[in-house]
Amino acid sequence: MNNFDYVRACDVAEAVKMKAATPHAKFIAGGTNLIDLMKYHVEQPRRLIDISRLPLTAVEETSAGGVRIGALVPNSTLAYHSLIESRYPLLASAILAGASAQLRNMASTGGNLLQRTRCAYFYDVATPCNKRTPGAGCSATGGLNRNHAILGASADCIATHPSDMCVALAALNATVQVTGAQGERAIPFADFHRLPGDRPDLDNTLRADEIILAVVLPPQGFAANHSYLKLRDRLSYAFALVSVAAALELDGGRIGEARLALGGVAHKPWRNEAAENALRGQAPGHEAFGRAADILLKDAKHVAHNAFKVPLARRAIIRTLTQAASGTPQIQSIKTIR
Amino acid sequence: MTAHIGTATSRVDGRAKVTGAAKYAAEFTAPDLAFGVVVSATIPKGRIVSIDAGRACAVEGVIDVLTHANRIRMADKDEAYRDEVAPEDGAPYRPLYDDRVHFNFQPVALVVAEDEDTARFAATLVDIRYHTEEFATDLHARREQAFKVDKPVKPRGDATKALSGASVRHDADYGVPIEYHNPMELYGSTVLWREGGKLVVYDKTQGVQNVQRYVCGVFELKEGDVQVMSPFVGGAFGSGLRPQYQVVLAAMAALKLKRAVRVVLSRAQMYGLCYRPATIERLALGAREDGTLAALTHEAIAMTSQHEAFSRNDIGWGEVLYASANSRATHRLAKLDVPTPGDMRAPGAASGVYGLECAMDELAVALKMDPLALRLRCYSDRDQDKDLPFSSKRLKECYQQGADAFGWSKRSPKPRSMRDGRELVGWGMASGAWEAMQMPFATRIVMTANGHVEVASATSDIGTGTYTIMAQVAAEMLGVPLDSITVKLGDSTLPKAPVEGGSWTAASISHAIVNAADDIRAELLKIAFTMQDSPLQGLSAEEVTLADGAVMAIADRSRSVPMADIMRHGGMDRIEKERGSEFENDDQHAHNTHSAIFAEVKVDEELGVIRVTRIVSAVAAGRILNTKTAASQIMGGVVMGVGMALHEEATIDHRFGRIMNANVAEYHMPVNADIHDIRVIFVDEEDRIINKMGIKGVGEIGIVGVPAAIANAVYHATGKRVRDLPITLDKLLG
Ligand SMILES: Cc1cc2nc3c(=O)[nH]c(=O)nc-3n(C[C@H](O)[C@H](O)[C@H](O)COP(=O)(O)OP(=O)(O)OC[C@H]3O[C@@H](n4cnc5c(N)ncnc54)[C@H](O)[C@@H]3O)c2cc1C
Ligand code: SF4
Repeated sequence: MNNFDYVRACDVAEAVKMKAATPHAKFIAGGTNLIDLMKYHVEQPRRLIDISRLPLTAVEETSAGGVRIGALVPNSTLAYHSLIESRYPLLASAILAGASAQLRNMASTGGNLLQRTRCAYFYDVATPCNKRTPGAGCSATGGLNRNHAILGASADCIATHPSDMCVALAALNATVQVTGAQGERAIPFADFHRLPGDRPDLDNTLRADEIILAVVLPPQGFAANHSYLKLRDRLSYAFALVSVAAALELDGGRIGEARLALGGVAHKPWRNEAAENALRGQAPGHEAFGRAADILLKDAKHVAHNAFKVPLARRAIIRTLTQAASGTPQIQSIKTIR
Repeated sequence: MTAHIGTATSRVDGRAKVTGAAKYAAEFTAPDLAFGVVVSATIPKGRIVSIDAGRACAVEGVIDVLTHANRIRMADKDEAYRDEVAPEDGAPYRPLYDDRVHFNFQPVALVVAEDEDTARFAATLVDIRYHTEEFATDLHARREQAFKVDKPVKPRGDATKALSGASVRHDADYGVPIEYHNPMELYGSTVLWREGGKLVVYDKTQGVQNVQRYVCGVFELKEGDVQVMSPFVGGAFGSGLRPQYQVVLAAMAALKLKRAVRVVLSRAQMYGLCYRPATIERLALGAREDGTLAALTHEAIAMTSQHEAFSRNDIGWGEVLYASANSRATHRLAKLDVPTPGDMRAPGAASGVYGLECAMDELAVALKMDPLALRLRCYSDRDQDKDLPFSSKRLKECYQQGADAFGWSKRSPKPRSMRDGRELVGWGMASGAWEAMQMPFATRIVMTANGHVEVASATSDIGTGTYTIMAQVAAEMLGVPLDSITVKLGDSTLPKAPVEGGSWTAASISHAIVNAADDIRAELLKIAFTMQDSPLQGLSAEEVTLADGAVMAIADRSRSVPMADIMRHGGMDRIEKERGSEFENDDQHAHNTHSAIFAEVKVDEELGVIRVTRIVSAVAAGRILNTKTAASQIMGGVVMGVGMALHEEATIDHRFGRIMNANVAEYHMPVNADIHDIRVIFVDEEDRIINKMGIKGVGEIGIVGVPAAIANAVYHATGKRVRDLPITLDKLLG
């Protein structure tokens, strides 16, 4: 760990000012990702700006009929919040599929969005990594890449985004509210995380001087027909190899609105408009689900060790959509897959 | 009389552990304590060209940066570094000795500072330049270069011929990856410096006297100048059998700086210590139509370091379990640029029996026989290789009781024929075996006139329950309550004990305690019988017993004299006796523990997700001293076996010769969700031959066979045979 100093922000405006004033400063919320990265010398902030006491802890209904989640709401609070449990159970489920109870108690909503990839080379400063050191080379491409991306990767980086919560937020069409030197703005979830392209060092579109204030959910929560299914190397407390968030609107035996987002397969939670369109108007069933999966995975490319993710993703999509359609969502505390 | 031996006694050190009163090596302190942080090599092989510690030394609070270039004098003969567990062949690694890098994560510098954070920060500023040399870290790539090592197992008959003539054959490779012990407690040492250069060392180790001799050897110190203590150990599983490098670094810094120094490794640095070597277990079995074995061959190819030839008995377990007219077993080693592997719970057996028991399962499939019936068909009452009967082998009872408890008779033989809703159900089984060893241990018992008893030995308790069984045996032998007993261990100045390993401690220490207690009893009786008006007058030693703090007549318990009175009468404050465990050398029998493991898995066929829903482990391990701690050992072994089957694997990027999942987030071990029903059965096994008390030990047998039982269950569920561990879901897809 490097030497750093520590300041605490009293309000959002001060936090933004402090950030703008100090290059190489970092906000710290729960610290569950940042401190790990500091211990590994991946992040070496000169200054930590503690935002954990800012008044961004409310979960409240918006005038538009949605829900606004403060950036500092702990993951565990959010997962068990009555508004979320009743109206957005997909989000609650995805959160509970992640990390461990202890981590979820510490982890904040904003921090979860900004957690960094678990690519082993990114974490090990003794190996080259473009995301850590632009231009250094990507060790994963020719190395151990069982956990890596099958969609949207670039020649420079094949890392995946590790969050479970974000997969649900992507499916729910959330927006991210931020503020910075240039004032407030709302970023649609699909535009928040980026693909690696030739700038794998940039995970997202948040500007250096910006702070996340809240995540806003639109009214539609798909409480009746949804499911989050996470496949991993042990039955709990492991990052996703593949995860799927599915949300359907069923209308007289036909699919209305359909949402499908995948985790563990790309540099960001992965959605595919064509696949979702292909579901609309169809009768729910293996055939329609398989077709949607095929569309979504059409451009999937694997590297040496992750070829299995392609068929796994296909099967997981079909299964999750089946769970969603039948109103029997995966329950995270039960390890039998429904 | 209260029975202690054989009961389900809770740990006597349990309260101290859960309240934090129990102190571990890195928790001891001193007013002049400095903190050392290790800088680890980032290349697997080569030379250190330069070390620039300038920036690190400039940090306020940094005291020194120790490297090979400025280290204090160290012994220059390999012998000094060869601890009691070191392989006979080779040159043990010498920490911070010279500019050579032998493996990744090797320590190359120690930054010592007034506080830990400063040391940790300064450690990041040490600039090291390397010259990298060509290296190899992949066992599979070096398989052909592996050389044969001598093993006691002798060939019998003509296995090659018998194999080719067998009516049913099975021949396959089974792969076990590198696995790490990952004890909860990080490796750490606190070394206190005393005037005149004497050292008091608190170390995380399984053998204080081993470390004591080693530190004396390495720094050429006199025996009386070093005391090593390790009162509590937060798990070790074999990783603490050999002295680890942090103790050398801490001692070196203490000697150089003449003050106390503590060094604690990081979790990542723990992956530069020892590990279970990756192995390829090649099994070939030939059988007659009726299932009897005509030939059994086992070739193990394991990795070791360039500098030491480490190997254990992967092979030879077929000789203990099954009758086969012809057999051949060889063990080969491939040298790689890695740290020397080490013992990890049931070293050799865990890997070798995995291969053997999967091969037996595959043979059963080929023969269209029930896997358990095949084991019984091939059952051997003799150790085939030694050509000796067993001191006891109630493995048949393990099979029987395990199968009954599991419900094995309801198994439908065809793979993929059992289901539970969406999930395929698989039932698999395997046998297990381990050695029942005993070693010379010494114990000192001090009984004081106030009724207190202290039992002391330089052994260690790595969480297995040694404190507890020592107290139990002493309480029973001396007829005093458990809470009148204090157990002292983990101190090199106490009576002699080897490292705690091989599952030999329970049997060995118990006999030493019995012997010392016998001497105390003799001393008490001598006085008791001669006391005036003694109600015991006229009785012989056989007619009295020690119970409830008194010597009493067995036939009439009202005739008794409190031990305190006896001691007062004899004018004694204390009776002190030191004795060793004295075992007869029995070369007429093979000594083993045995087990039968039955596993149920449920597999989501489409997605490959495996759940181990039930395990029954039936163990025959002689007399069980404490059914609670012993069952916990077996259960822990089963959990570790689940990890071996489904989760554990250290992954090396062979381009960097570096482990890429050197942390417990990415090196997966089972978590609660992975563990369901585990039932442990101890089969009654009276062994009058192995030792007086009939004790065998249970620390390691619990893991043996578990990975095979699970792998066999996965096959039964899915019809897919995965031979390379761990069985992750990708291997079941497609
Ligand atoms: C062992 C382990 C296992 C895990 N398993 C999972 C898993 O299975 N699934 C999963 O989804 N996650 C998992 N996690 C990740 C966990 O969810 C994240 O670490 C957590 O959500 C981060 O939140 P935090 O508040 O602690 O962030 P911090 O560590 O405090 O911050 C993370 C980053 O976000 C920035 N930041 C924080 N808040 C704001 C804000 N309001 N505005 C601007 N920037 C901000 C910080 O500057 C920092 O760069 C795991 C973590 C660990 C350590
Ligand atoms: S995949 Fe991305 S994060 Fe991983 S090594 Fe390559 S550049 Fe770095």
